[in-house]
Amino acid sequence: MSAILETRALCKSFGALTVADNIGFRLEAGARHALIGPNGAGKTTFINMLTGRLAPTSGQVVLGGEDITRLAQSARVKRGLGRTFQINTLFRSLSVLDNVALGIAERRGVAGRMWRPASGYRAVRDEAMAFLESLGIAADADARVLDLPYGKQRLVEIAIALGLKPRVLLLDEPAAGVPKVESELILEVLGRLPADIAILIIEHDMELVFRFAKRITVLVQGQVLVEGTPDEIGADRRVHEVYLGEGHAHA
Amino acid sequence: MFGSADIGYAGSARLRPIELAPWVVAACVYFFTPNYLPLGAYIVIVILFALSLDLILGYGGIVTLGHAAYFGFGAYAAGVFAIRVTGDPLLGLAVAAVSAGLLGLATGAVILRTHGLALLMLTLAINSIVFEVANKWTDVTGGADGLHSVPIQPILGMFRFDMFGRTAFLYCLIVLAAGWWLVRTIVHSPFGVALAGTRENDVRMHAIGAPVYRRRLYAYTISATLAGIAGGLLTQTTQFVGLSVLGFERSGELLVMLVLGGVCRIYGAFVGPVVFIAAQDYLAKQSPEYWTMGIGILLIFIVMFARGGLLGLLDRLRGTK
Repeated sequence: MSAILETRALCKSFGALTVADNIGFRLEAGARHALIGPNGAGKTTFINMLTGRLAPTSGQVVLGGEDITRLAQSARVKRGLGRTFQINTLFRSLSVLDNVALGIAERRGVAGRMWRPASGYRAVRDEAMAFLESLGIAADADARVLDLPYGKQRLVEIAIALGLKPRVLLLDEPAAGVPKVESELILEVLGRLPADIAILIIEHDMELVFRFAKRITVLVQGQVLVEGTPDEIGADRRVHEVYLGEGHAHA
Repeated sequence: MFGSADIGYAGSARLRPIELAPWVVAACVYFFTPNYLPLGAYIVIVILFALSLDLILGYGGIVTLGHAAYFGFGAYAAGVFAIRVTGDPLLGLAVAAVSAGLLGLATGAVILRTHGLALLMLTLAINSIVFEVANKWTDVTGGADGLHSVPIQPILGMFRFDMFGRTAFLYCLIVLAAGWWLVRTIVHSPFGVALAGTRENDVRMHAIGAPVYRRRLYAYTISATLAGIAGGLLTQTTQFVGLSVLGFERSGELLVMLVLGGVCRIYGAFVGPVVFIAAQDYLAKQSPEYWTMGIGILLIFIVMFARGGLLGLLDRLRGTK
């Protein structure tokens, strides 16, 4: 199969500290792939290099066959690379609808228009409403984000990224900080995401990872330890040792 | 502090009746209190200046303490142009607008690469630099003496500036109306929503593929242009320009006036200057020495009890927020 997103020998160091060490990673088209690893394994650094928030020290990031290593964030987004954030990164005092509409307007190339009211751009608004409906938060369209409960804010986080119609969607701990009841809701939403979007999820909630992902990559100290199906990862002794429960490692 | 329900993709840009209030008040001033027209023209100018600040501060989240640089630059440009080239007011205003806009573009291109405190310090620095240039370049600016008796011809060759300040008042009012329409159009547009997006969260704006820096620079340039027009109006209506147009106090007072009226609501820029200048006038009569203390107390009251300024307070009293 062809990889939609690929990294080749990706390295990042901050002085003497190496946080990404020769990472070779492939995300297949339409994948449901999870990236796991203990705290400080370099997961967020890896995501930031994919999206362009951080420049790698060496190596390449390739999206759909094109080397995007040197491209700015906005150029990567235009090529179909969307992301969500581990910590809510929203337009807090704007309405839920506007949060999603902003990204849609950027994608449609109308976000810089000055002479007509935004409310006149019906297509943008209707599309934003459609995304809110698909995530079950259409009733909150007019509410300001800061007035929403945390779980719903996590859904807005996903809705904004979906509005960009990405080919690749990076989900950085979508259920972080969400109570158990609501994380079930988020899992359900993730399950309904369009099949043609390749999804890479970073998550600490192992139950969510094993239910959602078809493939799992384990990152330890900036290196890929192992990659495989959930069954293979669940059975891998090294993974148990470093990650899944150090207590059972020598049992 | 921020946000009114009518902007954004689900909003409505239709003119509400209450939005006509400032113009009704202005008409009343014109017809019923002719003695106040010169002061009225000054207030109208300051409103335009405050409106220019609201665009970048209220909507764009760019906090500046140096906006007088553009106001003063426009004021001097209009003065120098009138003395050396022609006293035609509309041409002079265009010169003020373009000069201040270019200065805004050039300085904005540098300072908007920074954020927060660094940005604030740079706006102060630019204000000081422009001030010192005006102070030292006496051949052109008149230095500490300023430029006196700046010539001004009738508008369109028809409307002479009279000694009662009628023409001046209406002239300023019409320019303000144009500036108001421009700012109102911009903040309701997709660009305006995106500008608010950069204020709310520029990390996310980058992540949705927005050219954040360019958007902020456009807004900053438009704002500087409007400030320059306000400065040009002051030169033309008083036929004088001096260093006070560039004073740091002017930048500071402007910020106070806008916060007093309420940021990010367009009309805060109308209410703030009126209340501030009226309070200044009244308090200065009561206590010529200590009137600034009165302004200080007023500001403390607003910041502590009326977030969102006087208009925010009004909103809350009406129970809409």
